[in-house]
Amino acid sequence: MPRAWVLGDDIDTDALAPGRFMHRPVEELAANTLADIRPDFANAQPGDVIVAGRNFGAGSSREQAAQALVIRGIAGVVARSFAGIFYRNAINLGLPVLVGNPAVEDGAEVTLDIDNATLRHEAGETGLEPIPGFLLDMVHDGGLVPHLEKKFRGKA
Amino acid sequence: MATLAEKIIARAAGRQFVSPGEIVTCRVDLAMIHDSGGPRRVAPILRRLGTGLWDRDKVVLISDHYVPGGDEASDGILQLTREWAKAQGVIFHDAQGICHVVLPERGHLAPGMLVVGGDSHSPTGGAFGAYMFGVGATEMAGVLATGEIWLKVPETIRIEWQGRLSPGVVAKDMMLALIGAMGMDGGRYQAVEYGGEGVFALSMQERMTLANMTAELGGQAGLIAPDEVTAEFVAAAGGTPGDWQAWQGDPGAAKERHVWNAASLAPQVAAPHSPANSAPVGDAEGEALDIAYIGACTGAKYEDLKAAAAILRGRKPRMQVLVAPASARDQARAEADGIMAVFEEAGAEILPNACGICAGYGTARLGADVRCISTTARNFKGRMGDASSRVWLASPYTAAASAVEGRIADPRPYLEGA
Ligand code: SF4
Repeated sequence: MPRAWVLGDDIDTDALAPGRFMHRPVEELAANTLADIRPDFANAQPGDVIVAGRNFGAGSSREQAAQALVIRGIAGVVARSFAGIFYRNAINLGLPVLVGNPAVEDGAEVTLDIDNATLRHEAGETGLEPIPGFLLDMVHDGGLVPHLEKKFRGKA
Repeated sequence: MATLAEKIIARAAGRQFVSPGEIVTCRVDLAMIHDSGGPRRVAPILRRLGTGLWDRDKVVLISDHYVPGGDEASDGILQLTREWAKAQGVIFHDAQGICHVVLPERGHLAPGMLVVGGDSHSPTGGAFGAYMFGVGATEMAGVLATGEIWLKVPETIRIEWQGRLSPGVVAKDMMLALIGAMGMDGGRYQAVEYGGEGVFALSMQERMTLANMTAELGGQAGLIAPDEVTAEFVAAAGGTPGDWQAWQGDPGAAKERHVWNAASLAPQVAAPHSPANSAPVGDAEGEALDIAYIGACTGAKYEDLKAAAAILRGRKPRMQVLVAPASARDQARAEADGIMAVFEEAGAEILPNACGICAGYGTARLGADVRCISTTARNFKGRMGDASSRVWLASPYTAAASAVEGRIADPRPYLEGA
């Protein structure tokens, strides 16, 4: 069962994509995402969900902050709010990002349903703000580039 | 009732009106890319998509980050940039200056446009009443392929500057003060609109500095409604100001408003390693320095050069002064006005019209432990050189006065009776 990783407010792009790994292969960077604030995040499993507070992804415009979570197979991030550039990068790289404030404990078993915009957990389910229609298509396609690939192939 | 940002986005989205929080798809009027984030990053994605450019007449490529080259990697990037420009037939300004300065200088911007730039200081275009913002390479490739981009309609944060700046205080000081007070995320990735007497009294190049540093304030775009000053600049640059009177926000449409007093503002200095570490120059006065850098899109336009020269005229700086005029045209103008001669007499070193040390790419970098006062926009640790170097951000006036004294100094006494 996938689990929730509950984090606080203002999780920044340096925590997600530490500067000292920026010139390293992105897989190595991804292995160290959140290491500075949650060393145990190294144990996160594909399908796990991040549940965070306000302003998730604050800081620089580096795409690697979202890419690291994609590489780690994180099913999505649910946060009370997102920093603007991070939100853009996440959608463009196919990482589901949904606004919401579910009351779940760290490590709780959860399932993120991005189509219905809900987070299911032991106590039931919490509704989230849905990802707007065409952005959801983009997320399903795996991000902007595969989305456009499909579009251009469709035309040809 | 709609703000300027909402009006531009609605037009670009083909809608009557839009409201904050809505996500819309916009037609892009112009895309700007440079040698660093441009061809070398987007060409492979376009190849993968198996497509070309949506409209090569709406793509402006400017080489600036790796100019003038000189090492193998930089030369390779510049060569790739030039070859791509030729093959694609885009509008190309090669080594003419820094993209954010060259773009309006060549008449590419006009009020009401929606413009996407492949650089984080793209909000600079907002000085012309255009909605311009920066994106990463992946997203830029999408824009180049489709001519479209999605936008979450921003709220508008209005910053009103009452009164006028006093002598020796400039747009750079306004932004450092704002960033210090609101923080680097104060703009919340929304649209920041600057207005009030203190803003409309500014020249276009000064307005560009305001809009430019919206990046450090954390806004998506930084807008200034067009007026006659804007229209004149655009027309003189060979652009078309169009129906600029129509591109005005409705009074009271912005929900968030901050009021500042321009008349009482002092010159500001931001201490290492954040633009948000700003305080009135008095707090940093006397701090020892090694180098003054007068450069960047933020701080080496014609008027920035003029300000620095007003202080350096007839004075000998006590430290190394580097001047990298922001564009070839601005440098030519400064030459014609005798401003470049002032720098030469002061023993300053003149660098190419490019990003230079501001980007910290290539070979131009600050050495170990160097203490630098700089007219650039960012003083993050290690950005301009060695991780042990330290950078204080300030206006061209303050940088020049500090160069004269060899330590951080208030420029205002130098301007008295001038
Ligand atoms: S001068 Fe500096 S801030 Fe301006 S575009 Fe170049 S690197 Fe960026």
